[in-house]
Amino acid sequence: MRYSGFRVIKEALTGHKGWRPAWREPDPQPNYDIVIVGGGGHGLATAYYLAKEFRQHRIAVIEKGWIGGGNVGRNTTIIRSNYMLDGNEPFYEFSLKLWEGLEQDFNYNAMVSQRGILNLIHSDAQRDAFIRRGNAMILNGADAELLSRDQVRREYPFLNFNDARFPIQGGLAQRRGGTVRHDAVAWGYARGADQRGVDIIQNCEVTGFRIENGKCMGVETSRGFIGAGKVGVAVAGNSSRVMAMAGMRLPIESHVLQAFVTEGLKPVLPGVITFGAGHFYCSQSDKGGLVFGGDIDGYNSYAQRGNLPVIEDVAEGGMALFPGLGRVRLLRVWGGIMDMSMDGSPIIDRTDIDGLYFNGGWCYGGFKATPASGWCFAHLLATDQPHPTATAYRFDRFERGYLIDEKGMGAQPNLH
Amino acid sequence: MIINHPLLGPCDAQEFVYKGDFRLIDRPDGMAESAEAAFFDYLYLRENPAGAHRELWFHEQGDRSWLVVTRNTVTHEITNVELARDVARSMGRSR
Ligand SMILES: Cc1cc2nc3c(=O)[nH]c(=O)nc-3n(C[C@H](O)[C@H](O)[C@H](O)COP(=O)(O)OP(=O)(O)OC[C@H]3O[C@@H](n4cnc5c(N)ncnc54)[C@H](O)[C@@H]3O)c2cc1C
Repeated sequence: MRYSGFRVIKEALTGHKGWRPAWREPDPQPNYDIVIVGGGGHGLATAYYLAKEFRQHRIAVIEKGWIGGGNVGRNTTIIRSNYMLDGNEPFYEFSLKLWEGLEQDFNYNAMVSQRGILNLIHSDAQRDAFIRRGNAMILNGADAELLSRDQVRREYPFLNFNDARFPIQGGLAQRRGGTVRHDAVAWGYARGADQRGVDIIQNCEVTGFRIENGKCMGVETSRGFIGAGKVGVAVAGNSSRVMAMAGMRLPIESHVLQAFVTEGLKPVLPGVITFGAGHFYCSQSDKGGLVFGGDIDGYNSYAQRGNLPVIEDVAEGGMALFPGLGRVRLLRVWGGIMDMSMDGSPIIDRTDIDGLYFNGGWCYGGFKATPASGWCFAHLLATDQPHPTATAYRFDRFERGYLIDEKGMGAQPNLH
Repeated sequence: MIINHPLLGPCDAQEFVYKGDFRLIDRPDGMAESAEAAFFDYLYLRENPAGAHRELWFHEQGDRSWLVVTRNTVTHEITNVELARDVARSMGRSR
């Protein structure tokens, strides 16, 4: 069934009796050409592009819970391509371009909203760094715009421009950045993949890999063995646990990141803003709630919930930048588990085990990457060659010294 | 989280800086033949378990001691706290 304005009107006039489930609930087949482990945004996008762009068949996505219950349904939904380093920027710009055509491509309303993202500047040194980043973005075909303090004031008059320690001195804007309805991304990819014959198997946990003579033959699951020509793993925060079942140790630590939503307000915040002096960023959802976040909690965690000190820290950052927040009530707080890599950048690569491929290390920024991550992982699975924008995301970059460390923090995941 | 410091008693985890896996105590010998491979492993690869995790915390806002805290990464429950110095000694690292 195609969704369209016509369809909505027709259903409205006929009592909404014609809608069908957006995807099937198939039982697992004994064998597939390609099995994707993890039904988050990345796993579902991979299956979708494998079927649609790379003409692969007999594909399954295996998800231990329900699709979209992981980070794809827990993030703060910001998309952007404002990176600086060569290994990253072309990839994220590819992703932003895919976002721009995504809803037409998969015929689903993902509420892609290019409302713009503004990184605020609070010191001369920061302005220099942001100008450099903006130039790197433009060189890679992305858009970037340096705003003066007065230009920022015109767009965001309610910000605290005279903070004693961190006055706002300007900002770096990416107008094509914005937000996307996160669950709809998972659902849209799931529906698009399902329509092209992909089996999406929920409530099925991968409990091991069957590896014979250095080749991965398939996966052991809570619903029995499933054979596969190739297995692609995209399990985000659970990367280390899952790959340990294949005997691998990863350059990844799992950390918890919290997100916050306030009560609904009338439109107050037109775009996404980020505080350049503390860690706080904020946007307003279409329902009216202010959606914001800050730092990861900073210690290894698989708990999907964080602690109070970070809540206080984020609230202080918010108040320093946006004093009007103080009157607003917080409705919900939750956490998700980040696959924090050792240089803050992801991995999309083969492993030493034949037929086993890995996609992970997305840290707190993998939502914006979803379309390109799916496309590039599908490219690797289908052709055994990395996609041109993802050639730097190799496992061996740590050993060879080719780190992609945007923040220059070194091998300390809680600082990226 | 409250860390029960072996010398100072219960302290708020906010007083500490988190470093990570306690195996970081075991810095490889930089002069050894296999130093390159050993340092790759030491610097970049982690067990990252879901469950009991022994990890280094630095009491920056306190007595500036390093502690080895055994904490469950699924529940955040802390079950054991030792001075990192004692742990290093028991590993034969410090005289
Ligand atoms: C609070 C928060 C805010 C964030 N904000 C942003 C943001 O503003 N912008 C941005 O770009 N990114 C953001 N992120 C990061 C982003 O959400 C993640 O990087 C991205 O969603 C990870 O990829 P995924 O969608 O595939 O992960 P997930 O949705 O977590 O998918 C992984 C799936 O694998 C499944 N799985 C795990 N183990 C197994 C197993 N053994 N067998 C079968 N299935 C298994 C899990 O159940 C899960 O559904 C944020 C994250 C959080 C938590």
